[in-house]
Amino acid sequence: MKMPRKQGSNASKSPLGDVLYNVFTRGAAGVVILIAIGIVFSLAGNSWPAIEKFGAHFLVDTTWNPVIFEFGALSSIAGTIVSTIIAMIIAVPLSVIIAFFLVELAHPWLSKPIGYAIELLAAVPSIIYGMWGLFVFAPFMADHIQPALQGWFGKLPLFEGPPMGIGMLSAGIILALMILPFITAVMRDVFRMVPSVVKEASFGMGSTTLETAQNVTVKYGFSGLLGAVFLGLGRAVGETMAVTFVIGNSHDISASLFAAGNTIASTLANEFTEAAEPLYMSALIELGLVLFVMTLVIQILAQWWIGRTQKKAGAGL
Amino acid sequence: MKTKNPIGRKLLDNTVKLLSVGASFLGIFFLAWILLEVTQRGIAAINWDFFTELPAPPGEEGVGLSSAIVGTLIMTVLAVAIGVPLGILSGVYLSEVARGTRTANAIRFCINVLMGVPSIIVGLFVYTILVLPLGQFSGLAGAVSLAIIMLPVIARTTDDMLILVPNALRESALALGTPKWRVTFDIVLRAAKTGMVTGVLLAIARVSGETAPLLFTSLNSFYMPESMMGPTSNLTVTIFNYAMSPYEDWQQMAWGASLLIMISVLGVTIFARAAFKERAK
Repeated sequence: MKMPRKQGSNASKSPLGDVLYNVFTRGAAGVVILIAIGIVFSLAGNSWPAIEKFGAHFLVDTTWNPVIFEFGALSSIAGTIVSTIIAMIIAVPLSVIIAFFLVELAHPWLSKPIGYAIELLAAVPSIIYGMWGLFVFAPFMADHIQPALQGWFGKLPLFEGPPMGIGMLSAGIILALMILPFITAVMRDVFRMVPSVVKEASFGMGSTTLETAQNVTVKYGFSGLLGAVFLGLGRAVGETMAVTFVIGNSHDISASLFAAGNTIASTLANEFTEAAEPLYMSALIELGLVLFVMTLVIQILAQWWIGRTQKKAGAGL
Repeated sequence: MKTKNPIGRKLLDNTVKLLSVGASFLGIFFLAWILLEVTQRGIAAINWDFFTELPAPPGEEGVGLSSAIVGTLIMTVLAVAIGVPLGILSGVYLSEVARGTRTANAIRFCINVLMGVPSIIVGLFVYTILVLPLGQFSGLAGAVSLAIIMLPVIARTTDDMLILVPNALRESALALGTPKWRVTFDIVLRAAKTGMVTGVLLAIARVSGETAPLLFTSLNSFYMPESMMGPTSNLTVTIFNYAMSPYEDWQQMAWGASLLIMISVLGVTIFARAAFKERAK
């Protein structure tokens, strides 16, 4: 929209200001697009030698041997998926009941500081989780949790092997702790948005708090729950430092959660500066590309889902 | 619907209530555990030398991490100098210049994607565009990677905050003949100042604890940073290297550095939140 300008002392300056304004804001927005596209092209371009050499085999091969230049990403991909699944299994139910506590049960004077403390978990840098995980939590796992798990479920292959503390399970638990605040925050907002009339109606029918939560709040907020899950998923998949510290960094795939493993991010963090050979480097960048595609798919699904539910919410509520 | 045993229902209800209380305290328990351990082990490593002396091989006395502290500070400041203006300008573009257009939606999508990109991938990207062509790891590359992590966060905050500014403000300023750029910078941004400052502070807090992107960009060094064009010493990569080393005195230093990083990051975060709440009242 064009505005008729007043003739004044400022009139001669304002066009220049507005021109610069347009140039700079457009330029900045252009930089955003450039970075987004640049990430795709630079990763794809630099991983091309590895893509050419190994093809689709890269994704399903378990060998990762820099000495003989055999690179397969399966152990890293599997590790990423397994550690993320462990984290989600722990974090999602915990977050939901914490949000339930904060919104439905706790008195505001209790709910506020507890909510704040949970949010602070998100502010702790991942390297701190790594330090704590390696020097404090892993020994604790080895001494207490892992022997107990072996005692209870001794025959399961999931809990086989020596309790070293570090490994897939510890990495998953620490990941769970790191994504917990994000999922909790979303779930809390979702629960708060449920109109109290609907909840009161449920209580009026004689439902207990749990039944109201199950039949009203959670149903009402189910789409939000999925959004929260996507958010946590995106975080967990790419988390690097905390995982690198505690996962043990081994390229073997093991059925046991006590065994050392790796993820795409931890492999990159550990090996990138050692990769002197172009093909080794290229294989690592291709790993990065795989991780990028994973987060991209999660992002697109999440945005599609949020867009869909927003439309629905706009029409239905 | 089947009618259930009322006692069973009450029991189940109370069990879940108890569980939810337990889960909440579990979260707090872990937070307290982490804070206490890091504080306890970190304090033992922090003394005057820690801030004033240079790093040294394991086993030496009177060593510190002065170079890493300086390096982290310089890189963070540089990242802020690059990332904050770019982020604010692109947020302004979304909200003030191209609101409601398809371009704006496309950029918003890019911003959301960038926010979801793991920081290690950002490091990889900057490695390919700055480290490979220049032939060496550099503090500049480290700062750029931190800036790229800040950029979408700040753009998104700006966009979200400026949308909240009522249109009447813009219209009345424009009606007075104020040029568009002054409307944005003197009126709209000022109206959204508190939220913006909070967003920027939170973004700074987040990047100052980042490690993964620095692994491939600034790397690390034992020396006081002299130029941003070479490997640059920094706290977080130092923590990683020292913690993974077999030397106990290095691990001790890593705890000290962890405490320093944790206090700064949590301090800025808490300050930003508190400032925002105070104004919001």
